[in-house]
Parts: sequence; C-alpha cells; structure tokens
Amino acid sequence: MHVEDLGRILDDHAFFKGIDPELRQLLVGCAANERFDAGQYLFREGAKAEKFWLIRHGTVAVEIYAAGKTPITVETLGEGDVLGWSWLVEPHKHMFDARAMTLVRAISMDASCLLNKMNANHALGYDVARRFMPLMAHRLQAARMQMLDLYGPGR
Amino acid sequence: MTVQSPKVVMPPADPMVPMAFRIDKVKKELSDTFTLELVAEGGGAFPFKPGQFNMLYAYGVGEVPISISGDPAEPTKLVHTIRSVGAVTQAMGELKVGEAIGVRGPFGTPWPVEAAYGNDLVLVAGGVGLAPLRPAIYQAMAEREKFGRVMILYGARTPEDILFKRELEKWRGRFDMEVLATVDRSTGKWGGNVGVVTNLVGKGGFDPLHTTAFVCGPEIMMRFAVQSLQKRGVDGGNIYVSMERNMKCGVGFCGHCQWGPHFVCRHGPVFAYDAIADIFTVREL
Amino acid sequence: MPLTVGSKVLVQRDRFDLFMAALAADGRQVVGPTVADGAVVYDTVETSADLPVGRIDEQEGGHYRLSAPQGEALFGYALGVQGWKRQLFPSKQHIWSAERGGAGFRISASDDKTPSYAFLGVRACELAAIQVQDKVFDNGQFAEPGYLGRRRDALIVAVQCGRAVKTCFCATAGTGPKVGAGYDLLLSELTDHGRHAFLVEIGSERGAAVLATVPHEEPSASDMHAAEALPRHAEAQQVRKLDGEAAALLKDNVESSHWDEVAKRCLTCGNCTQVCPTCFCSTMEDTTDLTAARTDRWRRWDSCFTIDYSYIHGGSVRREGGSRYRQWITHKLAYWHDQFGSSGCVGCGRCITWCPVGIDITAEVGALRANKKGG
Repeated sequence: MHVEDLGRILDDHAFFKGIDPELRQLLVGCAANERFDAGQYLFREGAKAEKFWLIRHGTVAVEIYAAGKTPITVETLGEGDVLGWSWLVEPHKHMFDARAMTLVRAISMDASCLLNKMNANHALGYDVARRFMPLMAHRLQAARMQMLDLYGPGR
Repeated sequence: MTVQSPKVVMPPADPMVPMAFRIDKVKKELSDTFTLELVAEGGGAFPFKPGQFNMLYAYGVGEVPISISGDPAEPTKLVHTIRSVGAVTQAMGELKVGEAIGVRGPFGTPWPVEAAYGNDLVLVAGGVGLAPLRPAIYQAMAEREKFGRVMILYGARTPEDILFKRELEKWRGRFDMEVLATVDRSTGKWGGNVGVVTNLVGKGGFDPLHTTAFVCGPEIMMRFAVQSLQKRGVDGGNIYVSMERNMKCGVGFCGHCQWGPHFVCRHGPVFAYDAIADIFTVREL
Repeated sequence: MPLTVGSKVLVQRDRFDLFMAALAADGRQVVGPTVADGAVVYDTVETSADLPVGRIDEQEGGHYRLSAPQGEALFGYALGVQGWKRQLFPSKQHIWSAERGGAGFRISASDDKTPSYAFLGVRACELAAIQVQDKVFDNGQFAEPGYLGRRRDALIVAVQCGRAVKTCFCATAGTGPKVGAGYDLLLSELTDHGRHAFLVEIGSERGAAVLATVPHEEPSASDMHAAEALPRHAEAQQVRKLDGEAAALLKDNVESSHWDEVAKRCLTCGNCTQVCPTCFCSTMEDTTDLTAARTDRWRRWDSCFTIDYSYIHGGSVRREGGSRYRQWITHKLAYWHDQFGSSGCVGCGRCITWCPVGIDITAEVGALRANKKGG
C-alpha cells in the first residue's frame, strides 16, 4: 500500500481524528497495513508489546486464558477501536491475549519506532499520549462496570 | 356480522382489592427468569400501556410490582416476565397452568412512544430490563413508519442470560430494525460483542439530535447509559428511564415508593431524565 | 330560633351531658378526650364525667405531664396524644380475604364495618390534619372508599383552643389557632368571670339538627367577645415558629451534612410518625390459616423510619438514620406541597413532645436557615 493511502487511512480512523498533518506524516513512517484471519492471534499474554493496532474491519476478542477452562473473553473490539496500550507502560508486556474472531484488517503502529519519534518530537509525544488517556479512562470505567456484575442475582 | 372487541375486565371499586387471573401459559426464559401469560376469569381485555406494571399476588405469600411484558395490541393476554429474587417471586415461579394469581393494575406512567414519533427510537436495556421495554418494542414495530431508525441496545451478564433471545434474533432479522447485543463476559462459543452495554451507545448509528431513548435496567447501568447517551449528544429531555422502589400498594397510599417528591407508582415508573436529573444521583434518597 | 349554618348559640355547662347524648343519636359512637395512662387520649366517651375535667397539660421536647384536676374546664388541656387518625385510618385494617377453590382462589373485599363516629373536641390543627389526609386518600387518581366513607360520616365537633402549650406552632404553620371551615359544630368553652358555658357555632345542617334537641340560648355580646379572645390568647402563647420558607430550605439541603448531625440524636424509633396526625404510611400483611384454605390481607401503619421500609433487591435504599430522618422531614415540609398542594405539617408539635430525645422539627429547619446565613 502506498504511503499516501496509509496517511489517508490514519486520518479516517477515529483514533487519530483531527491530527495535525505534519504529525500525521511522522506517524505514517511507523504504520503498516496488517490482516489477520479468523482465529489468528494478534498477540499473546506475556509477549513483549511491540505494536498497537487501529482496527479497521472485523472483531478482536481480548481474552484471558485459564488452565482447564475455555478462554474468557473480557472485551471485544471492532471497527474504529484501538487495541493495545501496554507498549506505553512498563513492563511493556501484553496483559491479555488478542484473537481475531473474524477476518481483521488493522493498521499496526510499531511501538519502538513511535516511541523514538515521540521522544524526539514532544508535540507528537503529547498528542499521542493525550489520545490514549481518555481511551484508557474509558476502558477502566467499562472494566469496573463489568466487574459490578450489574445483572447478577441480588441486583 | 360485526366483530366485537372483547369486553374490558372491570376491576373492583377499591383499588386495593385484586382480581384473580388464571395462568394460561408458563415459559422458562432463563435459569432464574420465567414468563407467565395470564387470562381473566371469564375472559376479557386488560388494556395497558407499555411501561406500566401490575401488583401481582401469590396466594398466601404476598404481592410484588411486576412490569407488563406483553403486547399492548393483544390485551386479552396479560404477560409478565418475572425474575425469582424473593419469597413472592419464587412462589410464582412454582405455579402451574390453571392456577390463579391476583392482579391489581395497570399502574404507573408509560413509555412515551408517541413522543418519539419522527425521531430515531433507541431502546437501551440491561438484563431483565428488556422485559418492561418489550411492550414498547411491539408498539414501535406496529407503527414502524412513524420512526426514523429503531434500535435495540441490549446488555446481559453472559450469553446464557440473554432474555428473549429468539425474539431478539427475529427483530434483528427485520430489515427495518437494528439490534446490538453485548455480554459482560463470555466463555465458549459466543461470537458477539463482549463489553458493557454503554459501549454500544457509541456504536449505534442513530442521529443524537433526533433521538428518543428509553433506558431500562439496574440503576447503575441506567446512570452510565444516560451519561453515554448525553455524551453522544442526546438531549436529557428525550431520555426516559424506568425506576423501581419498594411498593406495597401501587396507588400512592402506602408511601413506600417515594423518591424525592415522586411516588414511583404514580409519577413513574417511567420518568423523563430531565425531570429527575437533580435527584438521580442523590444517595439514599 | 331557627338553627342554620352560621348560627351561634349558647349552651350552659349543665346541659353539656344532654349535648353529648344528642351526639350519640343515630347510633354514633362519641369519641372524645379522656385520661388514660397519665395522658389525654381520644377514646369512647359518654358523659362529661369521662372528659379530662380540669386537667392541664404541659408539653415540651420529649416531655409530657398532665396535672391533677384544677378547675372545671372540660377542654383546658391543649392536645391529646394522637389526633383522629386512629378512628379514620385504623392502625390495622382488614382489606380482603381469599379462599381456595379448585386450582385457584376467590377474593372477597372485606365487609368489616367501623362505627359511625362523632368526634368531640377536634382542635384547629387536628381539623386541618384531617383535611390534609383527605387529599392523600383521594389523590385525584385513586380514592380509598373505606377512609372516605368513615370521613364523610364522622360528625365533627371542633373546640376552639384558648391556650397553647410550648410545642404548639399552628400559627406559623397556618392552621390555627382559630378553627377553620370543615366542622359540623364548633365549641368555645367560656370559663371567665364566673360563667361556664359553650358558645356553639353551627357549621352544617346535620350539626344544626343535633343542636336542635339541646336546650340553648341566645349568646350575649360578652359571650361573643370572650369566644373571639380565645384564639388570640392561644396564639400569643406560642413560642415555637416554623420558618415560612421551610420547603425551599429543605429542598436546598438534601445533601447537607446536617443530616449526619441529626443522625447522632435520632433513634429512628418512629414515635413521631405514630403521633403525627398526617403521617399516612402503611404496609400490607398477609396471614393464612393453618390449612391455607383462607388467607387475609391486612393493612397496618408503617413508618419511614424502619430499616426495611425502603427495601429492594436485597438491601434498603435508606440505610442511614440520617437519610431516614431527612426523608421524614423533607416529605412533611417540602415534598408534600408537590404531591398534595399543601404542607404536611399542621403545627401540632406532637412529634416534639413524643420524641424520646426531643428533636424539634422547627429547630431542625432553623438549623438549615442558620447554615444558610453563613454558619
């Protein structure tokens, strides 16, 4: 895929909406177009977090594996969602498995490439971090709500 | 030959005295939830509006408020979907076809389906909260042309706890309705969404400036759902919630269901969010 | 002289027993003040000897004393323990019964009957309280036939207060001391200047019919003046005052820390709700006989102060004592306006007298007012 197309795709994806065109050009250098078949794993728990993905099509299940049980899906992410934030925080390892439930097309962002650019260009660094904060807050709130077992007996 | 509409069931003059209805059908919905279809002794219609409830009485045990979950266009069948949570509902769960249940009602304010004419209609349900919304769904389908999009956003605990699963699939199969479902967690073969129902509010393609939303489920879920809808741009005056409180009489005499200045049995259970926004988050009110 | 609504006559003290007998005509049970357990309560009375002759009460926060007889006045006490709630809204009522038959059951409404009453000695605040409860049990959408039947049937003989105790605040509550409309007969007991007589004002045709059988005379100008002085005297004696903006203050303070402070004092015993003449909360109870062939539904008084009053889904909404006190006072003084178009408080002060720790509804509003001013 041409660099120009990647740039356009980044623009269209909800996560980087409204980003400054100059900063977007920096991002494109770390971006790649990826595709996963149904059943393939995007990452496994414990592996080094080297990328994050902007999902363009399909559904990804965020799962946890427990011995002797079928994996428990804690969240599904789809078009417009962002997968993976472990690259931003120590120890830079994935906390869950991520499995493609359907055919998945995503733009991957290379973590070390991006981190280098963020350290060199603080405007880029701030913009990316700023976009991740509400996303993580939202995930935290959602996770807490799931934990409440709102529809359980006694509610 | 003229077709006569069935005669309306006449309740006793004293609103505190029930009528005995007979159980015509029992359906097990989930491990702890069942649906009873009731008919009046001697037949007859029991007209009601979506969102209203009855005080149902189990012989010798007690009375509880239960929303009506059937089709308002078929008033000769009185349908209630009940979750077993206490002595009375457990006793009801053991009743069989042919046995009797006491009925007082219908009570309460309805879902304002007419207020949504011309808008997209979004129904956000959590858990057994889908039951009080079902009559509104039936009414909306009967007058489908009056709305823009009609969308159901449903959240359940696990795939095994999805209420009215067959019907949800049937509604989803209609070309003029959208159904998005999610579960809090899943194991096994569920291929659908996992996550809180409020995530679906962000995904639904409705037009927030022309949307009326009906929200029904546990109070915490309704608080978060209202927040998500407002964040999306839906006006608080177009969001409706259904509240629950302890009820002993259902007619405003016993005082138990008071919530701020409102009797939930008479000024609710359906409230416009704007009308109760100031008390919605007050603890222990 | 022809008696009609608005007529005023004088009945001498020595005719009062004839008057009480006239109230009992038509098979009415006369309920009036009498002394029991050291207090004035409303119970069945037949002659003036049953009344609290010469008794004077002293009431303050958590304090009630009844004197030994001093003088001859029949209505010298200020206020009985409860109003007329026990007669009009019985503390335990049978609502319906159900009997098993085949696979189902048959429901029959209760045929329990309460007596036809004559209420002797209804104070201004008590009459106002009855009118407040009228709007509760006939709320525009639902009406309770039992209450309304008892209420319309009851003959009301009001009595004008000439004296207030320290817990009275009907003047600022807007319900007295002058008795308002709604009585069948209104008595003003005149015991000044050596006389002992009753100025009787007729409020209804059936009141006039009762009085027609009792020997009476034309009142003098002096009698009229003495009667008119009574409410002025009672008002002058009132020391407690209800803030005129209580409703707004309470609505503004729903999340105030003041309720935590009250919670340290309030026992949530519910005495206030029992003696309050407008409190109307009830609960339903089902009882079954041993064979379960028959079950009965009863309605009992309840109180918002009980822990399971607000129970849903495995827990109570109002767990804290502070939130239960807040509910009671805010409902009584603020939300009642939204629900029924008037205050729920008639200023009788019973809640102050009968609170074991003397919590004062007027002082609690006063505390909110003080906080607002800049405390």
